[in-house]
Amino acid sequence: MFEVFAFGSSGWGDEMLMGALMTVLVSASSLILGIVIGIIFATCKLSNIFVLRVIANIYTTIIRGIPELLVIYLLFFGGSGAVMYLAKIFGYNGYIELNAFTIGTVAVGAISGAYSTEVIRGAVNSVQKGQFEAGKTLGLNGYGLYGKIIFPQVARIALPGIGNVWQITLKDTALISVTGLVEIMRQSRIAAGSTHEPFVFYTAAIILYLLITRFSNILFDKAENNYSKGFVSKEAL
Amino acid sequence: MRVELMYESFFKIIDGIPLTLQVVSISTILGLGLAILVALMRISGKKSLSIPAYYFVYLIRGTPLLLQLYFVYYGLGQFSSVRESILWPILKEPYWCGILTLTISTGAYSSEIIRGGILSVSKNYVEASSALGLNKFKTFLLITIPITVRQALPAYGNELILMVKASSLISIITLMEITGIARTIISKTYAPVEIFLVAGSIYLIINFTIVLVVSLAEKKLGTIKAN
Repeated sequence: MFEVFAFGSSGWGDEMLMGALMTVLVSASSLILGIVIGIIFATCKLSNIFVLRVIANIYTTIIRGIPELLVIYLLFFGGSGAVMYLAKIFGYNGYIELNAFTIGTVAVGAISGAYSTEVIRGAVNSVQKGQFEAGKTLGLNGYGLYGKIIFPQVARIALPGIGNVWQITLKDTALISVTGLVEIMRQSRIAAGSTHEPFVFYTAAIILYLLITRFSNILFDKAENNYSKGFVSKEAL
Repeated sequence: MRVELMYESFFKIIDGIPLTLQVVSISTILGLGLAILVALMRISGKKSLSIPAYYFVYLIRGTPLLLQLYFVYYGLGQFSSVRESILWPILKEPYWCGILTLTISTGAYSSEIIRGGILSVSKNYVEASSALGLNKFKTFLLITIPITVRQALPAYGNELILMVKASSLISIITLMEITGIARTIISKTYAPVEIFLVAGSIYLIINFTIVLVVSLAEKKLGTIKAN
């Protein structure tokens, strides 16, 4: 049974591992894109400008109320068209085709961004008003206030939430296998079709996902401990 | 924006609504039964029950639904013992594979919601109940269950929305529900934006209805002081 996982040309071991690497890569880049989107839309949601709040609310409502698969189809079928349309405005008339990695990252990043928005908004809200006021009293503004005082606190509070978003994002990347990106899901489908052993390869895929989850949990726990330095844990009280 | 195409495809896509709702409601009901069983196993205090329940939830929550779907639909059929078993008439149908997978998935996620709900029932209520002379079973039936239902309702509402979204995956195993029909029209007409708007709006309407019903139920059940 294990000979199908041999490395090299006789088995699928190295292909499956490359698939796992691709899953991690596309998940990580989607998470980062999602956090950037999250910061932007959380700022919109917290702003005093009505239009920005409405736009941010429409975005999060749509993403959270519509199946991920539909969003992926929209970008898979419409992504290249949209980019070419934009390029035309800037005077480029050639054909542009986006690769599966870019489409996947943008699609899953857009989904992940909606969840990150809520996490970051909640974290900013939970930073006490006094922190802003104290910072301003000390004469800080811009980077000094947000970068040195607010961000470290937001990061600490948002980290567990971002850990959850990472889990969701990781699992959502399985959906972009429908666009042809060869990650764990796609690779195990190819191998299952080629060897007629779907059970074996889907079991291998399950194990790979669980390993990635387990390993990333350890990393997030470490990061949480690092950011919580100087804070007394609840158990110690 | 081709409005006429949107109008036409709307009538094609709504044909998929019954299948979506059917699959979601059957698997939600079956999944609720599974979730209650798993939640009770987890809080039973017996290791022989709580450990398998823990790993079941861990396995389901740690892997993508699409993979679970492939595993059930393609993976299980690999064995001739499965193909010759009495379950095969069920497992060879994409419809039942979809329902089975969604049932298992929502069973795992909801069991955590129910477990959280049961654990949130304040000890004071249970003590008060036994002070009034109710036995353990009656306390569970008359005190714990109603409070659990109320506490778990908001999270369960979210789970219902996740189920509606998750049901779109069964289109990948050839079932023509909302997303399946939408995908077919997109690849025929190459109008992704228009079809996305139509199919997306249908999903939003379904989900808003769920939000509305759940919040009405929450109001009707009133609020319970956590402690």
